[in-house]
Amino acid sequence: MDWNFIAEYMPMYIQAAWTTLALAFWGILLSLIIGLFCSLTLYFKIPVLKRVTTVYVELSRNTPLLVQLFFLYFGLPKIGILISSQSCAIIGLAFLGGSYMSEALRSGLESVEKGQVEAAQSIGLSQSQITRHVILPQAVSVSVPPLCANVIFLIKETSVFSVVALADLMYVAKDLIGLYYKTDEALLLLVLSYLAILLPVSIAASILERRLRYAGFGN
Amino acid sequence: MQDLGIKVLLEGNNLWRLLDGLWVTVRISLLAVAISIVLGILLGMVMTLKNPVTKVLTRVYLEFIRIMPQLVLLFLVYFGAAKAFNIHISGELSAVIVFTLWGTAEMGDLVRGALISIPKHQYDSSAALGLSGLQIYRYIIIPQTLRRLIPLAINLVTRMIKTTSLIVLIGVVEVLKVGQQIIEASRYTAPSAALWIYGTVFFLYFIVCFPISKLAGTLEKRWQN
Repeated sequence: MDWNFIAEYMPMYIQAAWTTLALAFWGILLSLIIGLFCSLTLYFKIPVLKRVTTVYVELSRNTPLLVQLFFLYFGLPKIGILISSQSCAIIGLAFLGGSYMSEALRSGLESVEKGQVEAAQSIGLSQSQITRHVILPQAVSVSVPPLCANVIFLIKETSVFSVVALADLMYVAKDLIGLYYKTDEALLLLVLSYLAILLPVSIAASILERRLRYAGFGN
Repeated sequence: MQDLGIKVLLEGNNLWRLLDGLWVTVRISLLAVAISIVLGILLGMVMTLKNPVTKVLTRVYLEFIRIMPQLVLLFLVYFGAAKAFNIHISGELSAVIVFTLWGTAEMGDLVRGALISIPKHQYDSSAALGLSGLQIYRYIIIPQTLRRLIPLAINLVTRMIKTTSLIVLIGVVEVLKVGQQIIEASRYTAPSAALWIYGTVFFLYFIVCFPISKLAGTLEKRWQN
């Protein structure tokens, strides 16, 4: 193991990790917005939008991000739509993540039983009180574990960004392996970088899950 | 769309070559899936043991595999093993190894979840009915476990097929690579080929994965409770 090499190239990894994180942040934020919108159209069964959402969810869930990025980055310019690699990465992540977030949020909304709403009405709560005190807390506590899992999943998916010429962690590692044949060092730094990003997220997620675990009805 | 790049698809045996490339991906995923199911069931059973040593070991294995992007694992096996042990592992073999490691971890966790989800009173009440140990497993536990497990396991299969698309990045010639070759070859005759080829690859994945995830969804609905 060449420690000098590691010390020398550490900054490159840190920079690449920031790039990855920044893009992941915007991609995940957008996918949450898309997911919220989609889950509401599905939950309230809004006529036309429901169909559109279903098609979108199935398309995005059943195709790999890698292929989506290739299409965005290399395919679309052929009909005059030029998208920068950063935008491609964010759009791709949001396109993929939106459907996963939508499913997570919808499962939360649907897990609240009708009887709960009826019981709340019968003790005289208003509609907004029901939403605020009965539906949302239960829906959120059901949705949080899959939402957290999706966040981790999406951060991991960013590892394919290098195909659209983004200098992310994989790109740096591959570069170093190709240039200097310092495979061990490059891979060690790669693994450490992903651990440094994902371990805290994963621990935070499990703490959050425990905090939000409400007693469910009948279990 | 001046030049109708779609004709590239129908030229010569291009479409067949793409399908052939897709088959490489699917074959590798199916092989990994088959091994993962067997090993995953074993792992899941080991994970329910009360032994602290196996608990820690399986936990660390699962968490590491869960946290690392699959592409990193592929790099570790493909580049790392070659350098560390001075053996050359082909891209395809690396892919099978990585996807088996990953699939086993995920499957193991699903099996564990399904096993511990069976409430204890199910065992107790079937014992109270006078069923023998074997009968309890045969008629009560295994059917309930499978109902929970099968839809999730089928979903895992689509995830594995999708994720196997990464193997193009360690040099395996699969559907994307074939696509790139076709685009390169028709660079001058059909400049817009990239749109059509990548679009086709997109839908090829969809055509493979959609029926499988649909099946999982249907089974899940039918077997609720």
